[in-house]
Amino acid sequence: MNKELIQLIDISKSFDGQMVLDELNLSIHENEFVTLLGPSGCGKTTTLRILGGFTSPDTGRVVFDGQDITSIPPNKRQLNTVFQKYALFTHMTIAENIAFGLKIKKKTQSYIDDKIRYALKLVNLEGYENRMPDSLSGGQQQRIAIARAIVNEPKVLLLDEPLGALDLKLRQEMQYELIRMKNELGITFVYVTHDQEEALTMSDTIVVMNQGYIQQIGSPESIYNEPENAFVADFIGDSNIIPATMIRDELVEILGTRFACVDKGFGENKPVDAVIRPEDVMLVEPDAGSINGVVTHLIFKGVHYEMEVTANGYEWLVHSTTLFPVGKEVGIQVDPFNIQIMNKPESEDEEAVAIDI
Amino acid sequence: MISKKKWLSVPYLFWSGLFIIVPLGMVVYYGLTDRTGAFTLENITAIATAGHAKALRLSLLLSFVSTVVCFLLAYPLAMILAQVQVKRHNFIILIFILPMWMNFLLRTLAWQTLLEKNGVINHVLSFLHLPALKIINTPAAIILGMVYNFLPFMILPLYNALSKIDGNVINAAHDLGAGHIYTFFRIILPLSIPGIISGITMVFIPALTTFVISSLLGGGKLLLIGDVIDLEFTKTSNWHLGSGLSMVLMIFILINMVLSAIFDKDGEGSML
Repeated sequence: MNKELIQLIDISKSFDGQMVLDELNLSIHENEFVTLLGPSGCGKTTTLRILGGFTSPDTGRVVFDGQDITSIPPNKRQLNTVFQKYALFTHMTIAENIAFGLKIKKKTQSYIDDKIRYALKLVNLEGYENRMPDSLSGGQQQRIAIARAIVNEPKVLLLDEPLGALDLKLRQEMQYELIRMKNELGITFVYVTHDQEEALTMSDTIVVMNQGYIQQIGSPESIYNEPENAFVADFIGDSNIIPATMIRDELVEILGTRFACVDKGFGENKPVDAVIRPEDVMLVEPDAGSINGVVTHLIFKGVHYEMEVTANGYEWLVHSTTLFPVGKEVGIQVDPFNIQIMNKPESEDEEAVAIDI
Repeated sequence: MISKKKWLSVPYLFWSGLFIIVPLGMVVYYGLTDRTGAFTLENITAIATAGHAKALRLSLLLSFVSTVVCFLLAYPLAMILAQVQVKRHNFIILIFILPMWMNFLLRTLAWQTLLEKNGVINHVLSFLHLPALKIINTPAAIILGMVYNFLPFMILPLYNALSKIDGNVINAAHDLGAGHIYTFFRIILPLSIPGIISGITMVFIPALTTFVISSLLGGGKLLLIGDVIDLEFTKTSNWHLGSGLSMVLMIFILINMVLSAIFDKDGEGSML
C-alpha cells in the first residue's frame, strides 16, 4: 500500500441540527481509487465537499500530505474537483475553460497551449478547442470537466457523481475511460457515487457509508463477498439476509436446517444473520439439497433467470442460468464458503434499509 | 385552416390591433405629415432644434445616471438574494416589489410632498436645526424619482440571472484557484449579462420616456423629451410634431431592443 496522502480525523458536520457526519475517520493513500458509496443523504458528498474545501467541518481535521488544511480555502488546495453536472463555464470556449486554472497560476501561453492539447488528447476530444460547452453532449462535457481539472496537475482528483447524468451505455464507457485516465495520470481519485456497480467496477477501495457513518472499508471483492453488516450486504448487490443461529464454529442453523460454513469466532448458539448471494444458491432436484422449496416467481433477466423459491417460510432470491418453472419443487444447496455470517445489527443505523436506486 | 388553439388568441389580437397597431400607425401618419396632410420630415428633424435637442440630451443623461445608480444598488442586493435560501428570499423579494403594487403616480406625488420646500423632510430637518434640503425641482430630484420607481425592474432580472448560475460553477472557479474578485469578474459578471441587459432596458427606456416624474419633481422647469412631447399633444395641440418626436424616441427604444436580443438570446434575464 502506498503512503497515506489524506487523513480525515474525527470529522463531524451537521446542517440545521441534522447530523450528517459523525466523527468520521478515513485515510486515503497515494495513487488509490477510493469510492465513497452510499444512498443519498449518507454523507458522502459532504465528505467530498469537506475535502475540496467547499464545506468546513464542525469539528475534526483534514490532513493533506502531512499538513493540516482544514481552514485553507478551496483555491489554495492542491486538489481539483469534477462536479456533478459538469459546472463548465458556458461563456467560455473549451480551450478557455481548460486554461482557466493555468492562467490564474500565470503559466506561459505555450505551456498552456501544450497542456490544452495534452488534456484534450487524454479525454479523447482532440480538436475541440474552439467549441462552446453548450454544443457538446453530456458525455463530452463531462470529459472537458475532467480535462479542466487535471491540467492543474492535482495530487488528488475529487469526482462528485460525475456520471450520474449520463445514460447507461455511456456511463459504462466512461467507467473504463476513468480507470484508464487514472492509470495514465498516476494520481489519487476520490469518487462519490450511489451506484454500487460503478463502485465495484472502478475502485481500489470502497468506503460504504450510511447515515453519516462508515459501514465498511475494503476492496470491491471483500465488500461484495464479505459484507460486514446487513446494510452493506443489502446495499451492494442483491442478497438473501436470513436470521440464523450460530451453533458452533463452522456450523450454522438457517431456518431450522444446519449448514456447514467457514466462519468462526461467533460463539455458540448465538443469533446471527446469514448472507447468501442469489447466484450462490444452487437449485437441485428435490431431496438432493439441504432444504426443499417451491419456485414461486420467475423472471428472465438476460444473463440469468431470477427466481423466488419459498422454502421453510423464507423467500429465497435465486439467480441461475438453468430454468426451473413456477410451481416446481426444488432442493436448495449452498457451498460452505458462500455463506457469510454477520452479527445482528446493534444499532438502528446499521439496520438494513430498503433503497431504491 | 387555422387550428382550434389559434382561435384562442383572437381576443388578444383584436385588442392589440385596436390599441397598439392602430395608434402606432397614427403616430407614424401624424409624424410624417404636416397640418395640410402633405408628407414631410420636418417633424422628425425638429429634434435638432436647440430646445428639443437640449431636452433629449437631458433625458439621456438623467436616464443614464438613474440606470447606473439602479445597477449599483441592485447588483449587490441581487447577489445576496440569489444566495439566500429559498424560504427566506421570497419574503425579501416581496419587500422590494411591494412599492410596485402602489400606483406609480401616487408614489411620485408622495416624493413631491416629502421633498418640497415646506415638505416633510425639511420640517424634520428644521426641527433638528439642520439646513434645509433644496433638491425639489432639480435634476437630482428627478433622478431620485426615477431610481425609486424603476429600481425593482433592475433587481428582478438581475436576481433572475444570478440565481440561475449553478453554485458549482462558482465552486469550480474557486477550485481552479480563483479568488473571490477574479471569480466575480470572470465568471459571475459575464454569466449575468443577460440580466444586466434586461435590467438596463427595463430602467433606461421608461426613464427616457417619462414625463410624470420630471413634471412632478422637476417643477415644470426641467423639460425632458417626454415633457416636450406631452406639451405638443396637450398644450400646443401639434400632434404632428409630437408624433415626429415620439418616432425619434422610438429609435432609441429599438436600439435597446436589438441590444437585448443580441445579448439575451435565451430570454434568460427576462422579467418575472
